Amino acid sequence: MVTLRRSLLAAILALAAFPTSAQERAITVASTTSTEQSGLFGHILPLFTEAAGIRVRVVALGTGQALDVGRRGDADVVFVHDRAAEERFVAEGFGGPRHPVMYNDFVLVGPAADPARIAGARDVAEALRRVASARAGFISRGDRSGTHAAELRLWREVGLDPVQGRGQWYREIGQSMGPALNAAAAQGAYVLADRGTWLSFRNRQDLRVLAEGDERLFNQYGVMVVSAARHPHVNAEGARRFVEWLVSPVGQAAIASYRINGEQLFFPNAPQPEPARPS
Amino acid sequence: MRAPDTILPLLVEALRFAAGGVEILHGVSFSIEAGQPTVVIGPNGAGKSVLLRLLHGLLPPGGGAVRWAAAPDRAAARQAMVFQRPVLLRRSVAANVAYPLALAGIAPRERARRAEEALDLVGLAALAERPARRLSGGEQQRLALARAAALRPEVLFLDEPCASLDPSATRTVEEIVAALARRGTKIVMTTHDIGQARRLAGEVIFLHRGRVLEHAPAPRFFAAPEAPEAAAFLQGDLVW
Amino acid sequence: MGDLHAAITAALGLILAVDPAVMAIVGLSLRVSLSAVLIAALVGLPLGALLAVTRFPGRQSAIVALNALMGLPPVVAGLLIYLLLSRSGPLGPLGLLFTPTAMVIAQAVLIAPILAALTREALSGLWEEYAEQLRSFGAGPLRAVPTLLWDGRFALLTVLLAGFGRASAEVGAVMIVGGNIEGFTRVMTTAIALETSKGDLPLALALGLVLMAIVVAVNALAQALRGAASRWAG
Repeated sequence: MVTLRRSLLAAILALAAFPTSAQERAITVASTTSTEQSGLFGHILPLFTEAAGIRVRVVALGTGQALDVGRRGDADVVFVHDRAAEERFVAEGFGGPRHPVMYNDFVLVGPAADPARIAGARDVAEALRRVASARAGFISRGDRSGTHAAELRLWREVGLDPVQGRGQWYREIGQSMGPALNAAAAQGAYVLADRGTWLSFRNRQDLRVLAEGDERLFNQYGVMVVSAARHPHVNAEGARRFVEWLVSPVGQAAIASYRINGEQLFFPNAPQPEPARPS
Repeated sequence: MRAPDTILPLLVEALRFAAGGVEILHGVSFSIEAGQPTVVIGPNGAGKSVLLRLLHGLLPPGGGAVRWAAAPDRAAARQAMVFQRPVLLRRSVAANVAYPLALAGIAPRERARRAEEALDLVGLAALAERPARRLSGGEQQRLALARAAALRPEVLFLDEPCASLDPSATRTVEEIVAALARRGTKIVMTTHDIGQARRLAGEVIFLHRGRVLEHAPAPRFFAAPEAPEAAAFLQGDLVW
Repeated sequence: MGDLHAAITAALGLILAVDPAVMAIVGLSLRVSLSAVLIAALVGLPLGALLAVTRFPGRQSAIVALNALMGLPPVVAGLLIYLLLSRSGPLGPLGLLFTPTAMVIAQAVLIAPILAALTREALSGLWEEYAEQLRSFGAGPLRAVPTLLWDGRFALLTVLLAGFGRASAEVGAVMIVGGNIEGFTRVMTTAIALETSKGDLPLALALGLVLMAIVVAVNALAQALRGAASRWAG
């Protein structure tokens, strides 16, 4: 009986022993659901880890939350897509500098029946105007994410305040991209989605891309190292190496090579440094 | 054969007890000396079990006093009690005997020795590793006796130890009680079984409706009870 | 119907294929939840036993508080622990946020009140039975606590299983404090939430079936042990 109890205890203690973060060379990246859920990180991070010997732990959140995680010092790197919010983050001294990394675009997705008749529109403003005037169901992320910020910017450009339709045709769900697409599929509603998440999304039912290609649908991603001055514990060296790799020709090529069904999801556009510039 | 560190005699002075506004003991006084078993008899509801619990310190007196010839700590450590329905721990027979010994601060080796000896005394040595609660009723009560005996108390209280046992188990328990008494343990027990009282008692306390009506050596009591209620009780009349 | 069928097929595939990624997630789920149960038990069981055996002023309020804590929303618990463990929080220097340890803490905080409340209930009856005998042995309430915990071990196994069930089914708190990091803090429930997000409902459901199979297996194992042991002890 005693031996049984002892070996049980030993087994349980063994269970409880987790590797601590300090023992491993690892960095934590606060990023967006679009980069994680599209599968991009699954594609490029092993390449970085192999090259640098640094493991990358991705916490996927909305852009707003990801920046907050960086502000609190709970991540070493922030990799998001809301330029205005990113520049605020840098200006407040929480990290930086901001490096543009890649872009893709947003698409306006809706039901095949297309009650607002926006199919084929290249002018996203016109498409949104039609959705609003038809009072057709529209799912908003409502979660301070980069996509949410982009959607609100588009409504402003149209000169419409969708909040007037709140609770009726304009539905803010406060969740990430996937749940927003699930909701749109279930309700036959329109939704603004980043192309990466859309391409990897499986539960489309009769959702289609109805409007795309407008330059206002451009979606730029940026990366920043969290300030070691603010948060001395951050893995500044690991973070710096990750950011440098992302914007390097090797990292950029890795991003370009990620495809779903032959379709490229992200387009690298980090400015390449001029050769041999002394610093 | 009185040890110099004895806790006896036990003096009970004007002891009262009430529960829920009902007076159960109306100020009883007597003393208990070392020697032959003291058997408290009386009809159901006389207050026998309450009296035993007061003596053992499980209930606080409502008035009067229970005085041992030793400091309370010492007195408590030198007595044990076996209840009508034995409360056995969900452990093996041996572990049940060892448990109060551990509480008393006795070293493991000595514990094992005493447990073995006590189980021998009650004839349960062969069942030492069996789960206690799988024993028969008679075996359970014998185990409870062994557990109390292993503590080597000077005074052992037994509250109706055979009330729920068949005649054969009753006889075994009585033999164990008699053996303990012969070894010098002062037995203080209650029973409503007159035959059992006759077989075991050295002296009798007759309790009736919360009062001690008679306290006498057993032969005299059974031959010629003084209190009419006691006489009626002995004749098997319904007394209450 | 088609989705359900696909889910069941996928679940069987996941289990039979012994997919290493899925196995790692299953393993982490078990380790996190079992560790949380262990830690919560170290606090909750003695606390519950103490509440069962002691009478003190304010005991009723303590029991009410405990029962209320049983209903603590996981997201609230997760948020509190997030703020405590964040680098900007009071326990920030420990660097525990977004680690399995943080998830263990969150689950332990959630289930400790459950374990305590259920333990109190399970042991109250036992204490009623034992109290007089233990007092006769000279054991007060404090000394009775370990005795009751040991003698009530079969009932307490059910209590622990209830705690394990709640811990392993929990998603809100571990999502917040663990971060659902692939290969590091991703457990069954957060993986299910992620696959639901990605719209892969059959895979999400399949993972759910795997989780349920594990919980059923753990329960069956524990009940079998309990059955065998309590047949022994009566």
